[in-house]
Amino acid sequence: MLRAGLCVFFCILFFPFVAAAEIPLKKASFLPQWSPQAQFAGYYVAYEKGFYKNHGIDLTILQGDPDRPPLLLLTEGKTDFASSWLSTGLRWRSSGHKIINVCQMVQRSALMLVAKKSHHITTPRDMEGKKVSLWGDEFQIQPRAFFKKYDLNVKIVPQSFSVNLFLRDGVDVASATWYNEYHTIINSGINPDELTTFFFHEHDLNFPEDGIYTLEESFKRDPSLVCAFVKASIEGWVYAFSHLEEALDIVLRFIQQAKLPANRTHQKWMLNRMKELTSFSDPPGSMGMLQQADCQKVSLVLKESGLIERKPDYESFFVWCGKDVEK
Amino acid sequence: MRESRTMNPFSCGAARMWRNRGIAFKLILSASVSSGLIFLLIFGLHYYSSLKIIVKDIEANAQSLALSKANTIEAVLSSTQKIPETLACFLENASYNKEEILSLLREIVEKNPEICGSTVAFEASPFEGKSYGFAPFFYKDNEKIAFSDLSQESDGYFNTDWYQIPKELGRPQWSEPYYTGGGSKILMATYSVPFYRAVKGESQFMGVVTADISLEWLQNVVASIKVLQTGYGILISKNGTLVTHPLKEVIMNETLFGLAEERGDAKLREIGRKMLRGESGFVPFQSRGAEERYWVYYTPIRSSGWALAVLFPRNELLADINRLTWIVAILGIIGLSLLSIGLTIVARSITKPLTTMAGATQEIARGNLDVDLPLPRSGDEAGVLLSAFRSMKESLRDYIQRLTETTASKERIESELKIAHDIQMSILPKIFPPFPDREEFDIYAMIHPAREVGGDFYDFFLIDHDHLCFVIGDVSGKGVPASLFMAVTKTLIKATSSKGVAPGEILTRVNRELSQGNEASMFATIFCGILDTSTGETLYANGGHNYPLILREGKEAIWLKGDNGLVVGGMENATYQTGQTILHPGESIFLYTDGVTEAMNEKEEFFSDNRLRTKISLFEGHPPKEVISGMAEEIARFSQNMPQADDMAMMMIRFFGKG
Repeated sequence: MLRAGLCVFFCILFFPFVAAAEIPLKKASFLPQWSPQAQFAGYYVAYEKGFYKNHGIDLTILQGDPDRPPLLLLTEGKTDFASSWLSTGLRWRSSGHKIINVCQMVQRSALMLVAKKSHHITTPRDMEGKKVSLWGDEFQIQPRAFFKKYDLNVKIVPQSFSVNLFLRDGVDVASATWYNEYHTIINSGINPDELTTFFFHEHDLNFPEDGIYTLEESFKRDPSLVCAFVKASIEGWVYAFSHLEEALDIVLRFIQQAKLPANRTHQKWMLNRMKELTSFSDPPGSMGMLQQADCQKVSLVLKESGLIERKPDYESFFVWCGKDVEK
Repeated sequence: MRESRTMNPFSCGAARMWRNRGIAFKLILSASVSSGLIFLLIFGLHYYSSLKIIVKDIEANAQSLALSKANTIEAVLSSTQKIPETLACFLENASYNKEEILSLLREIVEKNPEICGSTVAFEASPFEGKSYGFAPFFYKDNEKIAFSDLSQESDGYFNTDWYQIPKELGRPQWSEPYYTGGGSKILMATYSVPFYRAVKGESQFMGVVTADISLEWLQNVVASIKVLQTGYGILISKNGTLVTHPLKEVIMNETLFGLAEERGDAKLREIGRKMLRGESGFVPFQSRGAEERYWVYYTPIRSSGWALAVLFPRNELLADINRLTWIVAILGIIGLSLLSIGLTIVARSITKPLTTMAGATQEIARGNLDVDLPLPRSGDEAGVLLSAFRSMKESLRDYIQRLTETTASKERIESELKIAHDIQMSILPKIFPPFPDREEFDIYAMIHPAREVGGDFYDFFLIDHDHLCFVIGDVSGKGVPASLFMAVTKTLIKATSSKGVAPGEILTRVNRELSQGNEASMFATIFCGILDTSTGETLYANGGHNYPLILREGKEAIWLKGDNGLVVGGMENATYQTGQTILHPGESIFLYTDGVTEAMNEKEEFFSDNRLRTKISLFEGHPPKEVISGMAEEIARFSQNMPQADDMAMMMIRFFGKG
């Protein structure tokens, strides 16, 4: 008994030194596509809780900036890992960039259209001829496919990063993400029952969103680093979802470090929505797995929209570390 | 009935408990409870009305405070609005060139201290050499006027709220408050006015004129709202963002609705929605999880769509009335206690004599009249009762003492009377048969005095061998005097009767004797007869006495009515005649006093002569003893429970004749 206790004691005492001594940490960097918020909670939590270090990575989380597309910085070699939407990833891949998706964190599209019931919009048909504000680029793919699907002629107005135009009735319909703008609208005093929501995933336009990307060559050079990063990140997310308040504390700390306004209520809402978006249909153990059907669907819509010429090959685009681990 | 009693034992028991409680307890309890209720009612009403008045006051105060602050803000905002509105009007109507615009803008920023920056942002550049918009922006930078062209910035201005919202809405708009970039972090808001120009008859959107103002003054205005120690004001923007708040960390970082969500406070959210709808109102408010309760007055700032709320701290505002309430409550409790004490004293003063008297009464009931009673200490009802009780006790004691004495003397008299009775009875012949050797007649007599001694008498004696004298009499009055008179009369008669003296003569003499010196004016009725035992001849004289009955075998009894003289002893000179009748063998003479015929029953009917004659016939042929006993029973049966009112005497002589 005493001997066993001593053994445990010495193991605990010396293990970190042993680990540090035997396996030197590999340096790596990660770039989220936006400034710190609960949308990336899993990464911040994994970082703070030392999961990356446990997997042998000395990680640097770069400051996301809407003006710096993560995949551009990835291809330029300014970051080792980047977070990006699947549609963006497929477009970059299709345009010849050797990037690969190693983890599809957000499985369900959070993008949506929101309308006020006071504007008499309760079905997609009611949008005919209405003013709709849309963000640029990737954010327009699903709405445009949606309008096409329902054969709608709408007046598109560019949307800024705020929802003020919508709140002041400058447009009838606005773009929103479920974890962010929708909550902003609710917390500007509009009740959920006064709104009509159109979730794209409910209209057969589910575009999985945030995923982890790296360069094909990086993976070839050191697959263990890539897989360690993915594993640690998933661990971070799992921990964040089971320790919401602690995860929020961590996220808020990162927000404050970035000198941005930190709003716990909003981040809490966001983290809860991320939990639903990442794990709504996962079979156990397949968190982060890009489903082939989802990939095909997004590729198809992109091709139909003329945004890509050929559909990237699923097998070469998505590299699932879980498979290697099993082998 | 029995069931209902058993079914509800409690109420019955409670009622009994209440009934059996002392007066003091009932008095104190009922008085305390009723005055307590009255006190509570008055107290509650007073508190409620005071509260109503105070709340009304507070509402008025809150309203005037909030409105005056809102008006101050409104005044600054609307004066600021005029500047870009005027410029927009100029741009819509006048012709201008680039230089004019630039100098106008610089002048606006220079000459209006409240304006920090101003721009005219064109949808398309109206001047040559520009292909993509045009937005010259003058702004204050460390007391200097700086310039930049917003169209040169990377993402342009077409997607900005300050440009896009007035454009899409087609009317001037205040932006949401925002912080300027850079280190200074000044809270700003922008007023944007769209301007148009008629092109081919159609109004075409040309661009937006803006004026930026610092909101520091506004924060100061709201921050200056201080109500007592903890009251404050808040300002929210059109989106509900908290522009001012005592909590620094929520300013510009949280909306009122976010705060409501964090606290799970639906009421706060509802207040926020009303504020943004431009409503005014006065509502009580308590933030969830927070101790403080407030009254909130909210009012809109119409020009910008913002809203101002003033929070009045309830606890502080009600501190005075609460303190007063406490004082009143304590006074009330003290008053009630004093009332109870007073009542206890009064109740004691009532119940103490009562308790003493109850004890004394029991003692008295046991016969102890020497029990001590306290002296009455007050002149109230209890005192009066006590002194009455004392004098009752004294009287009772005296009375009982007198009664004892009287009883003793009465007993003595009674025993004397008993002796007198015995003496009286002893002077009457009472041995029957008195002449056992005489077979010619049988005689029997009986006397029942109404009291111990009576005035009736009878007598019989042989004057000589053949003459039996018999007498029955009734002295007026009863008791001792009558008995004495009777004794005298009887003795006189016996003394007077001698051989050869007729009954009339006897009565005449006796009358004379009795009348002399009869100061008491007493008299007697006397029937005196002398039977010749050999012949049955009977001489008699009647001095006012009842007629005797002659009983004949097989025939109806007849009254022996002869000369009826005056009562004996009434008049000195009265004479009495001697009558004569013959008793045939087997016939009897029945004599009696008026006590027999005047015996009364419960219906106040007399036994009467007739009933006497009828009843006596029932005993025809019976020996005198049986006749008299039988008649005595008849009379007793007739009068039943009625007490005997008069002396009663009966005598019967039956004549058998000689062999």
